Amino acid sequence: MLIIEDLAVDVGGKTILNHINMEIPKGETHILFGPNGSGKTSLMMTIIGFSGYTVTHGKITFKGEDITYMPIYERARLGIGVSFQRPPTINGLKTRELVTLCARNKPADVENLAEILNFTSFLERDVNRNFSGGEIKRSEMLQLMAQEPDLVLLDEPESGVDLENIVLLGEVANTLLERGVSHPRGMIEHAHLKKRTTSALVITHTGHILDYITADKGQVLYNGHLCCSRNPREILKWIRKYGYEECVRCTM
Amino acid sequence: MHHVEKTSKINIELSNYSSDAEKHEYVEDLSQIESVDSNQMLNVGVDIAELDRAGTFIQKDCSVIHSKAMKEGVEVMGISDALKKHDWLKDYLWKYISPEKDKFTEAARQNPHEGYFIRSLPGAKIKQPVQSCLYIAKEGFSQNVHNVVIAEQDSQMHIITGCSTSPHLVTGLHVGVSEIFVKKNAILHFTMIHDWGEQINVRPRTAIHVEEGGVIVSNYISLRPVGSLQMSPTTYLDGKGAVARFNSILVAAAGCHLDVGSTVHLNYPDTRAEIISRAITVGGTIIARGEMIGKVAGCKGHLECKGLLLNDGIMHAIPELQAYVPGVEMSHEAAVGKIDQREIEYLMARGLDEDEAVSTIVRGFLNVDIEGLPPGLAAEIDKAVTETQKDMI
Repeated sequence: MLIIEDLAVDVGGKTILNHINMEIPKGETHILFGPNGSGKTSLMMTIIGFSGYTVTHGKITFKGEDITYMPIYERARLGIGVSFQRPPTINGLKTRELVTLCARNKPADVENLAEILNFTSFLERDVNRNFSGGEIKRSEMLQLMAQEPDLVLLDEPESGVDLENIVLLGEVANTLLERGVSHPRGMIEHAHLKKRTTSALVITHTGHILDYITADKGQVLYNGHLCCSRNPREILKWIRKYGYEECVRCTM
Repeated sequence: MHHVEKTSKINIELSNYSSDAEKHEYVEDLSQIESVDSNQMLNVGVDIAELDRAGTFIQKDCSVIHSKAMKEGVEVMGISDALKKHDWLKDYLWKYISPEKDKFTEAARQNPHEGYFIRSLPGAKIKQPVQSCLYIAKEGFSQNVHNVVIAEQDSQMHIITGCSTSPHLVTGLHVGVSEIFVKKNAILHFTMIHDWGEQINVRPRTAIHVEEGGVIVSNYISLRPVGSLQMSPTTYLDGKGAVARFNSILVAAAGCHLDVGSTVHLNYPDTRAEIISRAITVGGTIIARGEMIGKVAGCKGHLECKGLLLNDGIMHAIPELQAYVPGVEMSHEAAVGKIDQREIEYLMARGLDEDEAVSTIVRGFLNVDIEGLPPGLAAEIDKAVTETQKDMI
């Protein structure tokens, strides 16, 4: 699904990501750990193609296409969807309208999606205007639900979210990533797993989101380098016990 | 290098315009208006079918071609007929605007060409809007009108007034003296939509007087190219608790010069004023002014002026606040610039291409919730905004 090869990225003339190699196969969810400022968000911004993140080496391939220098909207239409941590306010644009735009030519049941996210009363509000941290997350999730991407990039989905809503967001993320466990009776689990096609890269520095979603693999980004790649729960245990610095030392 | 003068730099020679035009026939039924004209009128909010309207006034060049009131409690007629009918009306003329103000007011006194008289009677609550249209069809004509609007005590009324020209018109001048009176506890919504031609010069001169407890809500919309427009309606809040709210939406294409402002005098306690403008230039010049003058303690005002430069052009925001005593509470917020790249990229990350992203942001920017607009007109304006920004990009 997504292959990143020996990627180097500059921001403002400074190299912030180097020798990044990553592969997320179809249907897999990967967790990207890393302390603040390690380059996690920059990697995500580079994958979607925001200006200001200059690829100086390597390439990014998505669904077999080289997307390294592709315009943002073409990457989105190809199936990449992002939940941003600090999205901008767009004055005068109603959330409802944006959700409809996210669905593009597909019919979107905005009402129903909003109800699932307990977000109905925000549909008539300007996009992100005076939204709290948790409200921004729900708004981003709502847009992704309408967009239905094949690769979901979630930036710190749990930060700023209260306990009640983190459960809700976890459930929605599981639905989005086809990892829900509430199936119709009689449907066999492995049959369901076979059908899973959505991949994800979930950024976290606390790891709390692992209490709510399942993942296949974890990686640690430290000072612009990917240092470790193994079971995400295992990584989390190490980080919790020894901190990031000690944790990455074992691989260096 | 462009340079912006504090006053409008466009100089207009009145002698370049004729103040005579042939008379046009009065029409009994709006369906008799030629479609070339009625289509233009429709663009500025005039509903030829007159569904959901309380009255209609249409003036073409110097002739009133239609006027009637359709509901109880409202009067609609040409100003000369009104002066014949109401002895007292002459005392309302030139009350808060001096004819000596400038050469345009002088022209309106010396060569007046009608204008409308619209009045809601005491206590009348007129649900449907009254519509009016001032239309120029004659090439090189200077249309000098004098309008009077009176919302009598405890009445409520909404006026939609559109100004337009015939499609082939190249040059023309519109001078409109408007005197608006909002009596005690009356509520007047006044929505003005302009759709002039690329070389038409427009000089409205407006004064609004609001008594105790009265409310004026004035919306001004100019989305289509106009040669030059210069206006700054002056409002006097002359009674306790009087309220003025102004919204304007301006778009200046290349070659257009818009100098638009509002001045509000807050002369009594508990008076409130709000001036909100959204302006976009796509090559033209916009000077967006706003001025509030607080003379007593306990008055409040807020001024908000936001401007976008989509490519070339000049955006000059001039917000002014004057407080003469302590206890005056006034604030302003002005911002000019281009669209934030982060907003464009955010929408592109949802699959919108760059043009779609820009037009979506522009539509949002212009989407000021305009109070009291009938739903049909709100939809019309939305459509006009959408059409306009198609041309911009």
